[in-house]
Amino acid sequence: MADTRDITLTVNGESHTATAETRTSLGDFLRHTIGLTGTHMGCEHGVCGACTVLLDGEAVRSCLMLAVQANGHEVTTIEGLANADGTLSPLQEAFWEHHGLQCGFCTPGMLTSLTAFLRDHPDADEKEIREAISGNICRCTGYQGIVNAALDAAKTMQEG
Amino acid sequence: MGVRYIGAEVQRMEDPRLITGHGRYVDDITLEGMLHAAFLRASHAHAKIRAIDTSRAAALPGVHRVFTHVDLGPQYSHRMNQLYPAPVIEQDRTQYPLAKDEVCYVGEAVAVVVADSRAIAEDAVALIDVDYEVLPAVVNVMTALDDGAPLAHADMNSNLMGRMRSQFGDIEDAFAKADHVFSAAFMQHRGGCHSMETRGCIGRDDPWGDGLTLWTSAQSPYLIRRALGKWLDEPEERVRVIAPDVGGGFGPKAGFYPEEIVIPLVARFMERPVKWIEDRREHFMSTTTQRDQHWDLEVACTSEGKILGLRGKITHENGAFVPYGILLPNSSLTPLPGAYSIPAIDVGVDIVFTNTVPNSPVRGAGRPNGIYAVERMIQTVSRELGIAPDEVRRRNYVRPDQMPYETGATLRGGVPCVYDSGNYEALLDKVLELADYNDFPARQAAARAEGRYLGIGISSCIEDTGMGPYEGTTVRVEASGKVAVRTGAASQGQGHHTMIAMIVAEQVGVSPEDILFESADTAKFSHGVGTIGSRVAANVGPSAFDAATQVREKALKLAAEVLEASEADLDIEDGVVRVNGAPDLSITLGELAVQLSPPSAMRVPAGFDPLLEATSFDGSSGSPIACGSNVAEVEVDPATGEVRVLRYSVAHDCGVMINPIVVKGQIEGGVVHGIGNALFERMIYDDQGQPLTTNYGEYLLPLASEMPRIDITHMETPSPLNSLGVKGAGEGGTIPAAAAVVAAIENALEDFGVEIDYYPVDPQYLTELIDKGAAEAAE
Repeated sequence: MADTRDITLTVNGESHTATAETRTSLGDFLRHTIGLTGTHMGCEHGVCGACTVLLDGEAVRSCLMLAVQANGHEVTTIEGLANADGTLSPLQEAFWEHHGLQCGFCTPGMLTSLTAFLRDHPDADEKEIREAISGNICRCTGYQGIVNAALDAAKTMQEG
Repeated sequence: MGVRYIGAEVQRMEDPRLITGHGRYVDDITLEGMLHAAFLRASHAHAKIRAIDTSRAAALPGVHRVFTHVDLGPQYSHRMNQLYPAPVIEQDRTQYPLAKDEVCYVGEAVAVVVADSRAIAEDAVALIDVDYEVLPAVVNVMTALDDGAPLAHADMNSNLMGRMRSQFGDIEDAFAKADHVFSAAFMQHRGGCHSMETRGCIGRDDPWGDGLTLWTSAQSPYLIRRALGKWLDEPEERVRVIAPDVGGGFGPKAGFYPEEIVIPLVARFMERPVKWIEDRREHFMSTTTQRDQHWDLEVACTSEGKILGLRGKITHENGAFVPYGILLPNSSLTPLPGAYSIPAIDVGVDIVFTNTVPNSPVRGAGRPNGIYAVERMIQTVSRELGIAPDEVRRRNYVRPDQMPYETGATLRGGVPCVYDSGNYEALLDKVLELADYNDFPARQAAARAEGRYLGIGISSCIEDTGMGPYEGTTVRVEASGKVAVRTGAASQGQGHHTMIAMIVAEQVGVSPEDILFESADTAKFSHGVGTIGSRVAANVGPSAFDAATQVREKALKLAAEVLEASEADLDIEDGVVRVNGAPDLSITLGELAVQLSPPSAMRVPAGFDPLLEATSFDGSSGSPIACGSNVAEVEVDPATGEVRVLRYSVAHDCGVMINPIVVKGQIEGGVVHGIGNALFERMIYDDQGQPLTTNYGEYLLPLASEMPRIDITHMETPSPLNSLGVKGAGEGGTIPAAAAVVAAIENALEDFGVEIDYYPVDPQYLTELIDKGAAEAAE
């Protein structure tokens, strides 16, 4: 029989208790057990960054982390990035305005990574933003729309 | 006329779903009772299968069934279809959906496990025992045609798939009267698609209901429907193929794969839906790539650098099977002579089987290769004659007064390649200005004084876009006043919804938000072709425009009757038809739609068809030729061979831009893909045919931290070939990029006499060239 654990974690402010196989990644758990499919699995070996979520506010790869390791922690996924009233966050707005996405597959990882980075580095310049997302691969945009969006969002948040 | 949208920077309709995590990609779909599949794939590049023992796998708890070739049954024991038959294919070979008795590349599907979960299915795959007799593998395209080379297929007598040739003008005369003949040989390597979403599909069979349904991450759902129906020997009308949100395609998702047969078939056998999602390692091994192509060329020219002729030979790696006809070698030939007026060309292609994953187009198909080859020969002429690279180009461009310019080459489909419009020299001027090209020598000298090596490179290109036959659209005003728009064109992120909504909204007189858009579902629109070759804007654009125009005319005619006004006095704005000068007289589009869809016993007004609807298949009357000139500025560290692209400038002409935001995004992404080809992306096999680069630590994709800011300027020369004046924009960024970067590297390393004959230009290769150059200089 598969080795399982009952775990409880808070996802986007809501508490979830479920049984997880000990080998199940956090990403698969979020997608297939909880049913939040906004987090995407792109490479499942920790390089592409599409699966990035926030664990207690820090950007982590949900493909390299086991679901059981998230027991007792708070997870934020792309579905939880909008403002409390449902309006888009400044970063989401900026992605829309600056064509920061095409196919949308890397977008959850870009948004979560940059949400954490811009919170900690509100004055980031272009070079720092490019470094910050160097662990997130986008095949569509050439990164320029994403970088423009991040710069604009940083400005909006500072003026905020 | 209401609000103008064409040409406006409209934010995409697609985005609100995608930036909040509400996309619907194939792995996001869950069906009642769904099972999960995993494939066992060949671990040898070439081997006979003596026996397969699935008993241990089948016994694993949670496993429902394991299928090999024989388990699919005699009815389903044939090879896959050739999607694009062509007379030049001397030895055609497609694969069995599950290998029968021979495997010909690492990654070929051998068996499939269907289980309660993907994890269990993968566990079971590891328990399948295959008894292989390993055969010699052929891997190197350059020696595959040698006598005694191992054969890619045991029953073939050579590795030659076929030969092609592009031949026009008097080549003998061109070389006879040339002042100079120069030659160059080089290998071009292009990697895989590496869409961030891998492939994947769900099959469901409901014989008493909807028939067979396949959700698949694909660019050409109608092609898959036809191929699947044909393979199953069932009416394609009982097969429904849906491409939901697709996370990038870039060419390799445009074909038809073994899994797209096996998954619906096992769903039929299991009488339950079955899902398979490719993992990234499978993507490296089993999704088609483009890979190696060797060019050996001679150029004939005058002392002034005017090119008279180009001749030579291409050796094209095909991989193990021919899933996609000759599209790739063909599209390598057709861009010759590039942006230039070259009167005579004679270039042949040997298409060669190897024991590697089958080849298919990747962004640009063969066009980046063909353009790279022409641009390399321009660089060669420039270097050998000591004429500046921009000047050699000016002396050879096709001029506007020569258009329409028939090159002599033949496009796919057998029609002549004709450059319809554009001003190539003006584009060059624009990009040189954007790149501060004339000031570069000062930048270079200043850097050199600090011991830094800067270089600059130019590349010009043409791109045949918008290939036919069509991509149709239906526009219908609904009773609610919303406008339903349906098309077969599948999107992999290009923003079709937004583009088509803008065209229809402008023409009908509603807001783009009022458009209800559906696409890429064979049950929703009668027929579609596919999203390949930068063809959608130049096909679906005109059909959407035409259908919307017909709907507008029909609405105005009906409104004129209802409002007792002259059509000429009517206008539609925000979904309401009003009489100019009589603001109280109006009727909404929704009310007009109701008039044409009345309840029983009522009549449709005389002279009108039911429904406020029109369908059009209007497209382009030929291939609109987009064009561009790029300038790359690089810094090379001669000690480490590291290349950094410091600046990248693009002047591009794709005719009328429907949405400049989207065009810009296509070019930026395309350029970065091309830079990746030039510097990073290399799919390596060892001499036994084992893939050595199967993760993103080993296979390098361009990262944000490595990429420059890309500066773009446009010209908009309307194409005369369609109603909107548009040309395709999807690949024009990629096509010229590698040539610009490679020319820039050579320029930076002129002191070392470096001539690059291979890309991607990785640091190891480059330091070898630098060391060799330094050693020769010392002698």
